[in-house]
Amino acid sequence: MSAAEDVVTEAPAVEAVPKRAMTLGTGTSLLVLAALLIMPVFVKNFIIFQMTMLLIYGLAVLALNILTGGSGQFSLGQSAFYAVGAYTTAVLMEHFNVNYALTLPIAGVVCFAFGFLFGQPALRLSGVYLALATFALATAMPQLLKLNFLEHWTGGVQGLVVTKPDAPFGLPMSQDMWLYYFTLVVVIAIYIFSVNLLRSRSGRAFMAIRDNEIAASAMGVDVALYKTLAFGVSAAVTGVAGSLGAIAVQFVAPDSYTITLAISLFLGMVVGGVGWLPGSIVGAAFIIFVPNIAEGISKGLSGAVFGVLLFLVIYLVPHGARQVAILGQQFAGKLRKN
Amino acid sequence: MPAMHVRLGALAAALALAATFSTAASAQKKYDTGASDTEIKIGNIMPYSGPASAYGVIGKTEEAYFRKINAEGGINGRKINFISYDDAYSPPKTVEQARKLVESDEVLLIFQSLGTPSNSAIQKYMNSKKVPQLFVATGATKWNDSQNFPWTMGWQPNYQSEARIYAKYILQKMPNAKIAILYQNDDYGKDYLKGVKEGLGAKAASMIVAEESYETSEPTIDSHIVTLKATGADVFFNITTPKFAAQAIKKNAEIGWHPTHFLNNVSVSIGSVMKPAGFEASQGIVSSNYYKDPTDPQWKHDPAMKAWNEFLDKYYPEANRADSSVMYGYIVAQALLHVLKACGDDLTRANVMKQAASIKDFEPAGLLPGIKANTGPTDFAPLSQLQLMRFKGESWELFGDVLSGDVSG
Repeated sequence: MSAAEDVVTEAPAVEAVPKRAMTLGTGTSLLVLAALLIMPVFVKNFIIFQMTMLLIYGLAVLALNILTGGSGQFSLGQSAFYAVGAYTTAVLMEHFNVNYALTLPIAGVVCFAFGFLFGQPALRLSGVYLALATFALATAMPQLLKLNFLEHWTGGVQGLVVTKPDAPFGLPMSQDMWLYYFTLVVVIAIYIFSVNLLRSRSGRAFMAIRDNEIAASAMGVDVALYKTLAFGVSAAVTGVAGSLGAIAVQFVAPDSYTITLAISLFLGMVVGGVGWLPGSIVGAAFIIFVPNIAEGISKGLSGAVFGVLLFLVIYLVPHGARQVAILGQQFAGKLRKN
Repeated sequence: MPAMHVRLGALAAALALAATFSTAASAQKKYDTGASDTEIKIGNIMPYSGPASAYGVIGKTEEAYFRKINAEGGINGRKINFISYDDAYSPPKTVEQARKLVESDEVLLIFQSLGTPSNSAIQKYMNSKKVPQLFVATGATKWNDSQNFPWTMGWQPNYQSEARIYAKYILQKMPNAKIAILYQNDDYGKDYLKGVKEGLGAKAASMIVAEESYETSEPTIDSHIVTLKATGADVFFNITTPKFAAQAIKKNAEIGWHPTHFLNNVSVSIGSVMKPAGFEASQGIVSSNYYKDPTDPQWKHDPAMKAWNEFLDKYYPEANRADSSVMYGYIVAQALLHVLKACGDDLTRANVMKQAASIKDFEPAGLLPGIKANTGPTDFAPLSQLQLMRFKGESWELFGDVLSGDVSG
């Protein structure tokens, strides 16, 4: 290992998060779940669509959180996995008439393989070098999707239009509402899986690697295996998010999955709190709604306004939503004492 | 069964009565969501941020134009409420914004949403909701498809029409030409390429000696030009966006390659292409246009240009007058005004599409003399005429007749 790399690996960029602090208490979880379940009954279809996108981006941020918060590896290439998932679903649905629900696990498996394979060369890299390698993946993906020999399947630059599924069994709900509940079920299942994964033996191995790679290998953790595994799991979850995104948006095109998406997801993770899984939804809300707010403040300077808002968040609450939640808990505790 | 007959008769009478009522009502006012006695809500989606933000000017010009219309009393007494959102040229964001406009702001129609991928993303949604997606700001050929997408209509001459015009010209004037093509590797470049090949017809295979494509991410296209020169072609088809067009013109002059140079209309701006490339290197380039280039001195005393300048002075003083997007937005905004005026008091979505599909010889200020917008029930391409022009001195010189490149024709 070179001296430069030593420096990079020595200072862990990700602060160690104890595994219990990674989730919400049971009471709060149930409350959030109830709110998510009831909400669509009272709002317009457009808001339901936005909530669906919130869950989908939340899932993608969660995937990055498993990778960065769990195993301490950076990725700016999540948009590539998201794109592979989206295209897998779009191609299967439109060219092979596969049921949309079946395309999700297929997209998950394809992305797991893709992420696991990408994890192999990524093993030799860490810190900023790894971030750069994944960055390359994200920049390359839109161009790969435009390749001539894939055009027959991907539709090239024109993209593919995806048919939105109707509610099954003649359920009296709109397409948007059905898709929302469908997404909600998938997201909850994956959330529970992720929480359990991080609490399991594998999760402990991830965190050991994150906190100190050498110590972890001394304890008998197969560093190479678990690092690539983290990449695979993260890619698979991102791929499922991409699939859901393709169904919700009803369209896939290379321009939808540029590096901007990868950076948005990264941003969502930081704002939500690195390593705090419930923060993923908060981070997703930030990347979806704050640009709209910024645009409302000034159309010409929306980018700058967004930057200022982001800066304020990072300056005031550097640990993101997790810090806000902890402050809230302490405040509640004080109130109870009084 | 006499009873049945009676009932049928009653039904017929009721229907006839209903019909008279509805015709009576149509003489009165009829509205869909987004229109009322005082207001017409128009939605718009533009890339104000992101990679295509230069085109955001179009949205700003349109907004300024509708402010002018409102200040002058509106359309048949109704004010235009122009709601324009940013999609950063990202298709998923376009879907979100389109749904916001249709379901939350409840606009009558979406006008001039910009970009081929962005419009592709919302086309199905708009058509299933039966909300007009009117005069989209993209030159792709696919928007002229009234059969499958009766709620979507294009605006400008599409890429294939334009390419066919050049191909026709080549077949006529230089039937033995050896053609080298440089195109941008995306939907726009490929659409053009298809037009060139179809325009040349059976001779395409023998006449085209080289095709090179480039990616927008490449810093320079010099090496492609060198490769194309080596093929010995005597006609150069330059299907590039402004930055690359200027590079190509410059490089051609540098390496001493002087084929007959056809430059696509996307890059004819004197201010942003010809001047940076150098006037000397630009002499003799052939292109085509359908509206007046504001930087072209020959229109200095033109009444349409004067009206345009007055409009900008009053409503959009910070506009860059060398930017042809400002002229583009000005012209297309007049077209929407024309359609809404024609709708009269029947501001339903169906009537908007009906009026948009019955434009006859409409000449908004700013188009070249002789070019007219025309649509029909199966012709959803309002503009399909262009005039050839050659670069001479410091401006474009129009030559020949106004040509039509209708893809259906």
